Amino acid sequence: MPRIRLPSKLPSPPPGAVPKALRPSPSRPQEGNGRKSLRDRAIEDGAEAGTTVVDWVDERTSLSGAVRWTLFRKVPRGTNWFYTLGSATLFAFLNQAVTGVFLAMYYDPSPTRAYESIRFITNEAFLGEFVRGMHKWGSSVMVILIFLHMARVFFFGAYKYPRELNWVIGVVLLILTMTMAFTGYLLPFDQRSYWATIVGVNINGTGAFIGPYLSDFLRAGPDFGATTLSRFYAIHMLLIPGAIAALIGAHLYLVAKLGTTAPPWLKVESEPELREREV
Amino acid sequence: MPDKRENIQPNTTEERGIQGAYEGETVTRRRFMVGTTHLAGAGAVMAFTLPALAFALGPVFERQKATWEDVGPVTAFNPDQYVPVNFTQTPGIGDVGRTTAYVRRFNPAIDGGQEPRDQYEAYIAISTRCAHLGCPVRYVAAAERFICPCHGGVYDKLGKVNGGPPVRPLDRFYTRVRAGRVQIGPRFSVNSELNRFSPRDPGEPLDGIGQYLYPARFTTAKP
Repeated sequence: MPRIRLPSKLPSPPPGAVPKALRPSPSRPQEGNGRKSLRDRAIEDGAEAGTTVVDWVDERTSLSGAVRWTLFRKVPRGTNWFYTLGSATLFAFLNQAVTGVFLAMYYDPSPTRAYESIRFITNEAFLGEFVRGMHKWGSSVMVILIFLHMARVFFFGAYKYPRELNWVIGVVLLILTMTMAFTGYLLPFDQRSYWATIVGVNINGTGAFIGPYLSDFLRAGPDFGATTLSRFYAIHMLLIPGAIAALIGAHLYLVAKLGTTAPPWLKVESEPELREREV
Repeated sequence: MPDKRENIQPNTTEERGIQGAYEGETVTRRRFMVGTTHLAGAGAVMAFTLPALAFALGPVFERQKATWEDVGPVTAFNPDQYVPVNFTQTPGIGDVGRTTAYVRRFNPAIDGGQEPRDQYEAYIAISTRCAHLGCPVRYVAAAERFICPCHGGVYDKLGKVNGGPPVRPLDRFYTRVRAGRVQIGPRFSVNSELNRFSPRDPGEPLDGIGQYLYPARFTTAKP
């Protein structure tokens, strides 16, 4: 490395002209007596870069407390694999979100172009068949997982006080997931999805009083029309995913806040001194 | 323990000794500003949610225009056998907007009465949309029945329910004759006595209390 050599004798500035911060100061004790080379200091800074960045962010956000509060919780004894079904559902949702975003790059929600764009994704786009398959089968996986998660919560009694509100949020998430499955089913726009949607909208319509208007809202008119497909698409990729993401946030907040329940087969153990008195 | 009531502030600005207060005035400057801020926020939120909501709900209240589709000359249809015709029900979306109806001339022997009820019934057009959940039915001439492939709905030659899950007879279309050609117009629904009702979606019964549980919609097109 070329070095710039400064003349060894420079005229010194008059005392008091240099601000205090710029005046040479004695080295700090931990730095040793000699000055470290540029290389050593770079290595040291590099080794601490991660800590420095995290500290910089944490000093300005206090995020570390929230992260500790969320991740390093106490879980009851007897926690087992059934407790992972909720996270599994969450990851199924994330899979749907990510693959869905990339499928949207090719998909065209117009009645005359939709089928062709799906055909292009499946047959011609690189990895298109794979990503579409992840989205298609992932939706079934998500519906299955959300029901298993619900069954776990039900049979473990984890919906009881003080977790009733989280059960209610979970039920809304279940309904939204079913709505996602329903609106997504139309998008390939083949015979199967078209007629399944006709039937599904008509099932909606059999609700008394509000049903007929709900059907008109879903179809944007009395019959399957020009904007029905794009309406389903907007509901499928914008309206409901936002609601699901927000509700998952609330769901997880309550899980962290209230903690998880012990499995029902675990006996409650009383305090040792109480046990002695019982005897 | 101090009496809590001592901490309660007087209600009116006058009693609090606020300068320039009117007699009996209760709204302080702070309360007024807080209220104004909340109102302004609510107004700003309404300013974009209400138009967006109305935009999404608009189609529910939009009356459809009646369209009349030519399906052939009057000589193409007879009083005894159904002729399937395929016509555009929803324009602008290609084959998806097409639907099939079975058409025959009015037949006093099976339709009852000597004359059609009005000018829209000289030709009977039966919709192929099943009254159960909307699958397409087909007419089996040998059995003189309409049969639905999805859930096994069966209708007789007039479209009345013979069996299966459908809750009312098959819908019909208004028809008219213009310059020797039959035209098909808007859809209407019928109850089990073939009385006309504004079009209902499949799965909605029209007999008894059904017509009140499933009211007419704003989107109904008039012939």
